[in-house]
Amino acid sequence: MQARHRKLALIAFAVVAVGIAATLVLNAFRSNLVFFFTPTQVAAGEAPTARTFRIGGLVEAGSVKRQADGLTATFVVTDTARSIPVTYTGILPDLFKEGKGVVAEGRLGEDGRFTATQVLAKHDENYMPPEAADALAQAQKAQSTVAE
Amino acid sequence: MIPELGQFALIVALLLALVQAALPLVGAWRNDAALMATARPAALAQFGFVLVAFVCLAVSFMTHDFSVLNVARNSYTRLPDIYRFTATWGSHEGSLLLWVLMLTFWGAAVAVFSRRLPDAMAARVIGVLGLISIGFLAFTLTTSNPFERQLPAAAEGNDMNPLLQDWGMIIHPPMLYMGYVGFAVAFAFAIAALLSGRLDAAWARWSRPWTLAAWTFLTLGIVLGSWWAYRELGWGGWWFWDPTENASFMPWLAGTALIHSLAATEKRGAFKAWTVLLALTTFSLSLLGTFLVRSGVLSSVHAFATDPARGAFILGFLVVVVGGSLALYAWRAPRIIAGGGYGGFSRESLLLANNVLLIAALGAVLLGTLYPLVVDALGLGKLSVGPPYFNAVFVPLIAPALFLMGLGPLARWKNGRAADVAARLKWPFAVSLAAGFALAFALGEFKPWAALGFFLALWIAYTVGLAFRDRLRGGGAMPRAFWGMQLAHFGMAVGVAGIAVVAAYSSERDVRMAPGGSAELAGYTFVFRGVEPREGPNFHAMRGIVEVGRDGARVATLHPEKRIYTASGMAMTEASVHPNLFRDVYVALGEPLDDRGAWSVRLFHKPFINWLWLGALLMAAGGLLAATDRRYRLGRAASRAAAKLATQGA
Repeated sequence: MQARHRKLALIAFAVVAVGIAATLVLNAFRSNLVFFFTPTQVAAGEAPTARTFRIGGLVEAGSVKRQADGLTATFVVTDTARSIPVTYTGILPDLFKEGKGVVAEGRLGEDGRFTATQVLAKHDENYMPPEAADALAQAQKAQSTVAE
Repeated sequence: MIPELGQFALIVALLLALVQAALPLVGAWRNDAALMATARPAALAQFGFVLVAFVCLAVSFMTHDFSVLNVARNSYTRLPDIYRFTATWGSHEGSLLLWVLMLTFWGAAVAVFSRRLPDAMAARVIGVLGLISIGFLAFTLTTSNPFERQLPAAAEGNDMNPLLQDWGMIIHPPMLYMGYVGFAVAFAFAIAALLSGRLDAAWARWSRPWTLAAWTFLTLGIVLGSWWAYRELGWGGWWFWDPTENASFMPWLAGTALIHSLAATEKRGAFKAWTVLLALTTFSLSLLGTFLVRSGVLSSVHAFATDPARGAFILGFLVVVVGGSLALYAWRAPRIIAGGGYGGFSRESLLLANNVLLIAALGAVLLGTLYPLVVDALGLGKLSVGPPYFNAVFVPLIAPALFLMGLGPLARWKNGRAADVAARLKWPFAVSLAAGFALAFALGEFKPWAALGFFLALWIAYTVGLAFRDRLRGGGAMPRAFWGMQLAHFGMAVGVAGIAVVAAYSSERDVRMAPGGSAELAGYTFVFRGVEPREGPNFHAMRGIVEVGRDGARVATLHPEKRIYTASGMAMTEASVHPNLFRDVYVALGEPLDDRGAWSVRLFHKPFINWLWLGALLMAAGGLLAATDRRYRLGRAASRAAAKLATQGA
């Protein structure tokens, strides 16, 4: 009887632990998934305005400008089909360059301007972030379909 | 010539691995002593040949042999000597060779230190290590040959990735791999136990020092990686929940559960089947980590090059190892006879609870790491799981485990009673709770998470003290295993305190600074004196001069740098840190903002950050102490004495 009680208690403990873990996980999961959209998708209005998401593509050549405070930068992210203006306040990563791939995380404003809280351009000069590469590939595909 | 010699040595090593896998396992099955006797020489010889291959690659790097593709891609004539040597494992191919070197090193270590194991057990363990070795040598030779030639030879190399030119990176990969691969030994012991059906306290005692050693190395490897990221990435963060970090953290969580469960198996014969399953899981997670990092499915500094063949090979290997070992487990585990019973509040129950929590935390990390990959692989879109998810899930799961760390070591084996423990620990509990909250209030702004962290750290430290008092009063011996456990637990307390402070009370600012300008952060004054050019061996740098002061007194002059590496043209931020036991002051250069010498500068104040590294070092030291406990060696001395007696008798 004793052994059976112990086993039951253990099973109950395990079930409760797993239950709590699952609840925590699912709650946190739902609110912390960061989705990715290409500039074309953003321009088509597919991106949410209420939550954080990521955009990716190339930093358009000649588009990077500094504001008077020296720390706020504006630039344009393009997938060669559509472009999104981006504002970021802070120090840009070492590998952030015009004409190179970039991924930015932030929110879309009412005016269609993307305010980034994080700019990722990482690790290797010739390395294209997969999201950015994906955005370019999608835009290219769309354009070639239109051309046909 | 030397690269060919290296490649030849690798091929010989593969053949030896085949011998090491096949003959001893067949020998153990047929109980054929001659076949089993091949295990040790094969393991030693295999290590020798892989070492030769490794030395050949290192020589190619040191002598600038740019006819070797790997060298041309990852080295440079003006790369400093020490980095030329570490560039040996700075590439995908080289780091795999290091993996194999570590694996065969562990195999050789088992061969040397297994004299007191029964022959069949030793043969099986070494044989299983041989099987793993076959997989990785075949992988290296077929998809990632480090000695591949290119004709004509390149005139100049592309240079090592500047991010890796740091001394944290010199020791991080070898330590991490020693840990990853060390769990292969625990895995081999588990498979050997399943094959032989022998799973008793002796088995656990054989397996424990190896598992502890692997855990120690993995702990060091992870913390070195974290320390490197903190200083080298220039963002002041020490843990990003990046998939590559999670890849090493998941085996650590499973390995931590394993060393605790092994303790219960050795002392009380409890959780045998669970212990075996954990050993299989831990090494499988090491392989999963290798797959994630080496296959290029993750984009990171580790993903040197993406080649679908590599991913497919490791994934296939992973499926074979995980599938095969789980099938063996399902088939043989029911034969494992359960050990002694235990009561509701015994140390066994508490260890089990700790295991459940660790595994739940592991599951949550695994989900967050793999979900984006699965979604992407299924073509359902691209997404990422951010650090908030991991923090929200991990902290509530690990906090109770930390609380149990205080209870477990003070509870009795077999039939502890909740009432006894509660009576004993009600004051320590109250004191650490009150002190934790008081500390959080004293530090200015009250943060609940910081209060929880302080409470847990104090609680663990307090109970460690109680455990020592018990031993002293009881006049009991304090073997290294006891010191090791308490030291590791105390290290965790130190680390938790560090994390609590650094997470709650760090501050940072991005500022624009003109020469002569100043900024304030956390009571420190930073005066920017401009930048000056500096020539490095393989880079040009702009070196900033930042004077740090506090209350009018000078604290330090920091020299953060912005470097451009000549060969690759890559820009790198080299942060400058002034550390002490209670805080780091950390400055990184952003970029030049105008012609008059103004720069964007990032300033950090990181209180208690060094407690984190210190805590991890204490944990590793504890692991090392426990792994070298006399108990694990006594058997060897005893068996040697017995052998001596036998020969004398003859």
